[in-house]
Amino acid sequence: MFDADPVADTQVLTDIADWCDRFTPLVALDLPHGLFLDITGCAHLFGGEAALMEQLCAALSRQGFIVSAAIAGTSTCARTLSRYVHGRIVAAGEEAKAVTSLPLFTLGADEAIIRGLRRAGLKTIGDVASRSRPEITARFGAEFTTLLEQALGQSDAPISPRKPLPDYIVEQRFAEPIATDGVITLTLAKLARTLIDAMDRQGKGARRLEAAFFRTDGAVRVITAETGLPVTKGEVIDRLFRERLDAIADPLDPGFGFDMIRLSASRTEIVVQQQRDLDANVHANDELADLIDRIAARIGSRRVLVYLPVESHIPERAMLGVPAQHHLAAAMQAAWPVREDEPPLRPLRLFEQPELIDVPLAEFPDKPPKKFTWRRVSHNVVHVEGPERVSMEWWRSQEAKPTRDYFRVEDEAGQRFWLFRDGLYGEIRDADDQAVSPQWFVHGLFA
Amino acid sequence: MTGARMTTLAQLRGSIERIETHSDTYAPDRVSLGHAEADAALQGGLARGTMHEVFAEGRHSAAATGFVAGLAHRVSAKRPLLWIRQDFSERECGALAMSGWRELGLDPRLLVTVRAPDVETALRTTADALACDALGSVVLETWGDSKQFDLVASRKLTLAARGSGVTCLLLRTAGVPVSSTAETRWIIRSAHSPPFRPWQSWGVPMLDVQLVRNRHGPNGQWIMEWKCDECVFRDTSAHPQPVAAAPANRSHQTSARAQRRAS
Repeated sequence: MFDADPVADTQVLTDIADWCDRFTPLVALDLPHGLFLDITGCAHLFGGEAALMEQLCAALSRQGFIVSAAIAGTSTCARTLSRYVHGRIVAAGEEAKAVTSLPLFTLGADEAIIRGLRRAGLKTIGDVASRSRPEITARFGAEFTTLLEQALGQSDAPISPRKPLPDYIVEQRFAEPIATDGVITLTLAKLARTLIDAMDRQGKGARRLEAAFFRTDGAVRVITAETGLPVTKGEVIDRLFRERLDAIADPLDPGFGFDMIRLSASRTEIVVQQQRDLDANVHANDELADLIDRIAARIGSRRVLVYLPVESHIPERAMLGVPAQHHLAAAMQAAWPVREDEPPLRPLRLFEQPELIDVPLAEFPDKPPKKFTWRRVSHNVVHVEGPERVSMEWWRSQEAKPTRDYFRVEDEAGQRFWLFRDGLYGEIRDADDQAVSPQWFVHGLFA
Repeated sequence: MTGARMTTLAQLRGSIERIETHSDTYAPDRVSLGHAEADAALQGGLARGTMHEVFAEGRHSAAATGFVAGLAHRVSAKRPLLWIRQDFSERECGALAMSGWRELGLDPRLLVTVRAPDVETALRTTADALACDALGSVVLETWGDSKQFDLVASRKLTLAARGSGVTCLLLRTAGVPVSSTAETRWIIRSAHSPPFRPWQSWGVPMLDVQLVRNRHGPNGQWIMEWKCDECVFRDTSAHPQPVAAAPANRSHQTSARAQRRAS
């Protein structure tokens, strides 16, 4: 005996739904114990509806599940049937006939409604269907009437699939499960070519690709790869997945082998055929985008960055690092502020967190330091320029941040620093309203 | 001599020539730095399609960054630059700031950066990137020493760079030079600003540049200035101001450790 564990039950149901993806891309959960599969247009691939159902149920029974399935024109009708009897297939238009004799509980309506109907002497779905609809609605609510109509096949019951339908799917099934890396990569390469052919006919290119590996024991592993530009070449897809498979933290475990590999393009874009100019500039950008895709597939797109200017006078906000995969074109066109004819006033290296430095008390509070200690090394200041006063953006934060006074400083070894004093003298006050002397930070280093 | 023998002889000469051009007389494209003496030592300039190493102590990281950025700009010739750096290096020396990059006269639009979690990934990404000839140069920035920087790794990078013609620049902050296949090796320190009058502005990048290894020429040490407008390195004597401090600044005592290991 075990306690009921609804969370684990849902997890198992989700895993089964993953596995069911091999029959149709449209699988919906019907919690707590059911699954809807929209097999419109899929049945013939498995030798007809009966064969599909048999195959599915046999596989699940082998795993130790008790299965009850039905096929019908609407999802509610199929569910109603499957709650009473296993293995019914209802032809189109015969839904009403099929459910007439079934007891009411199979509808899955609220317990109080069923009790009320039974008290009124209505025992089967047919009994209820024979009454007029307004009468039922008045007594038991519109929701129940809708449910009844759906079960009778008189109105459609849409399902909400777990995953959006990919634009293109190609797959390869194996009579004998495969497990070696060589065959897997070969299969992926072949699938990539087929996928590209299918997309090419409609002038499309893939932006997001998913490779799903279906293991014989039911486990499914999905690996995705994204690209910056729509991909129109099989070799590129092949290379992307090689990089991806190479770099994933927990490698693909074939177990007893994969019996199906599916490659789908879940996001596609129309490809504009461009004429290549002779200086091959366009071509060069494509190559760079390819390289970025490959690096991103290996270490993640957030680690490959390009920079966009931001209109802000706060030094750390003046630029924005964005994933190169999606913003390469924008970054190459970005308008950066024009350089002024002066020595650099902004440091080349900027610390994300300004680092606290130790400044001996200055004789004039507003003067820049003559000496400071940073990372346990003492520096004697030789040249100073400043202050450059930067007030914080008061409209951004609730509590006012202190004004910063920036100084360019050179020490006796020739190192150039960008220091700032966080707050003016007398600006910062502690809990007792006493003026606190502000702290000094090093924010950046000049070349 | 019969015709057949002549042909055989010509073929042999041809293959010998091919072998020789491949190894010794390999003549890469060279880009002038702008500094006359340094260019002379480099036989005309920095070789493209090879690997160059730049070393600096931790506290001179910004100067070395400026030097590498300048070199990359010179050899890239308006092509994109891929800057690969280790996460730790960013924590230690700060991130590249685009406003500062712009003020050095460099173009942030041509920069793509990669943050690599560890040295191994960084090396692998560098080798991959060097195969892409759309790039102008690839910079690999690391902090400290690492076992992975062995002769095999540097040979791989050199070959990749030679194959595509993309220049590989290694920025090794706080690293100790080990034997490698690099074309040149530099040690960078920051240098004093030249003396200036109170009304003059100061703070242009001044670098104490030491060339400690050069496969095709002599070594040397110079004080260079990066000209932000022309984007070239210049000798400080070309500067209109008097440069009395420059010789005293060649701090021969500080680099002893790095020099000894480098040879």
